[in-house]
Amino acid sequence: MSSHQQGKKQRSRADWILLFVGLVIGSAFGFWATPTILYAEKAQPLQFNHKLHLEQVSDSCKSCHTLREDGSFSGIPSVQSCKECHEAGSPMGDGANEAAFLEYIKKNQPIPWLVYSRQPDCVFFSHAAHTANAGLECAKCHGDHGETTKLRPYEYNRLTGYSRDIWGKGPIGLSGPPHRMKMDDCAKCHSENGVNRACFVCHK
Amino acid sequence: MVIDLDKCTGCGACSVACMSENNIGVLHNETDKIRSITWMRVYQIDNGKSFPDTEVAFIPRPCMHCQGGKSGTPGQAFFQEGPMDEEAHPPCVSVCPATATDYDEETGIVSQIPTRCIGCRYCVAACPYHARYFNWYDVPWPKGSPRALSPFVSPRMRGVVEKCTFCYQRYQAARNKAMVSGGEVGEMDYQTACTEACPSGAITFGQLQNPEHKVHKLISSDYTFRLLEQLHTNPKVYYMSKREWVRKMADNYVTRHNKFAQAATQSGH
Repeated sequence: MSSHQQGKKQRSRADWILLFVGLVIGSAFGFWATPTILYAEKAQPLQFNHKLHLEQVSDSCKSCHTLREDGSFSGIPSVQSCKECHEAGSPMGDGANEAAFLEYIKKNQPIPWLVYSRQPDCVFFSHAAHTANAGLECAKCHGDHGETTKLRPYEYNRLTGYSRDIWGKGPIGLSGPPHRMKMDDCAKCHSENGVNRACFVCHK
Repeated sequence: MVIDLDKCTGCGACSVACMSENNIGVLHNETDKIRSITWMRVYQIDNGKSFPDTEVAFIPRPCMHCQGGKSGTPGQAFFQEGPMDEEAHPPCVSVCPATATDYDEETGIVSQIPTRCIGCRYCVAACPYHARYFNWYDVPWPKGSPRALSPFVSPRMRGVVEKCTFCYQRYQAARNKAMVSGGEVGEMDYQTACTEACPSGAITFGQLQNPEHKVHKLISSDYTFRLLEQLHTNPKVYYMSKREWVRKMADNYVTRHNKFAQAATQSGH
C-alpha cells in the first residue's frame, strides 16, 4: 500500500530542474573526459615547419611528397630527400631541434615520424587515384597541414593504437573533414561522386 | 581464369605461390586438412580403372568468383529471385549477414573483408566449391617471420573467413601504375601469383570478355568446362581437358548452347 502511494508522488518543478542540470553537468564532464581517457599523446621526434618549407619549394606538396613511377606514394620523404638541401655540417636554423635533425642527416638515419593519417592495416588507399586521377587537392583530406608552422602532438587511441585523425577531433564527429578519415567519410564521398563502392576498392 | 588440366602435373607450385603471396600462415598441425587453409587447393581425380588403364588428373581450385544470377536461362536458374535476375548473385554473397563479402561489377571479383566478418560461416556452407576457409586458430607466426609478410595483404585473425581474391593487391598496384602513366591495365600488368608460378603454364589469366586477352579465345574451345555447372553459379574459372572422362567427372551436364548463353553475359576477370 505504501509503495503504491510513493509511486503517485508528484514531481515538483525543482525536481525536473535538478534532473536537467544533472544531465548537463554529466554530459559536459563526459565530453571533456572521454577524449582525455581514450587518447594518449606522443611528441613527434622533431619539429617541422611546413609553412617555411612550402615557401622554399617550387612544386607545392608534390616537391617532397611524390608519387613514384609505379603508382605508389612516397609518403613522408626520406632523409635522403632532406639531404638534397640540408648538409650535415651546415645548420640552416638554430636550437636543439636543428642539432637533433643534423644528427639524423649525419648518420643517414630515418626519422621516426609519427604519421597522423596512418590507416588501419586492412585499408588500401591509393594516392594516385585521388590526386593524379581524380585531381583532388591534398587539403581536401589533410586540411591545412601544409600551412602549419609546428607539428602538433600525435594522439592515438589507447585501445586500438590508431591515430586520432582517423576518428576526428570532435567527440561526436562534428568537426567533419578535413580532420576525419573514417570509412563512412570515404564511402560518402565515393557515392556522391559516383565512384565504385565495392569493398575491394578500399580494402585489402 | 582458364586452367588446362592436361598441362597440370599436380606439383602444387600454385598453392605455395598463393600462400606466400597472400600471407597464409602455417598452422601447428597442417595435416588436419579440415582446419588448414589453402586458398588454391589441388584436388586429384582418377578414372577409376585399374592398371594399365588408370589415368589421373589434378584440379587446382581457387575461388571461382561466381557471378550467379545472371544466367542465360533464367527459367532454370538456381539463384533466380524475380527482379533480382539481372544482378550478380554469388551463393556466398547472398547469405552473408554482415556484408563482409560483395561482388564488384567492375572487376567481377568476389571480395572478402576479414575485418568485417563475424565468423558465422554461412558462406563456407553456401560455397559449393569449398573455396572459403575459416580461421580456427591464430597463425603461430615464428619469431621474426611477420617481418617477411607482404605489406599489401592484410593478415587475418582467428574467427574470420578468408578466400582467394585473385591476388587483388596486384590489380590495385597495376591500376595505380596505369593512373600515373596514363595508360590502361594491360593483360600482363595484372597476373595472379598462381599463374606466374605454374611451371607448365597450365593457368591463363585475363579478362574473359576482352577479345584481345588469351582467356577469351580459350573459353570458346570445345574442351572448356566449369565445375558444377548445373548449379548455375556461373563461375569465372574455366577448366580445359581433351579427356572426356575428366570433363564428365567435373559434372559438366549442361549443353553447349546453354553454357555459352551464360558465358556471354559475363563481365570482368
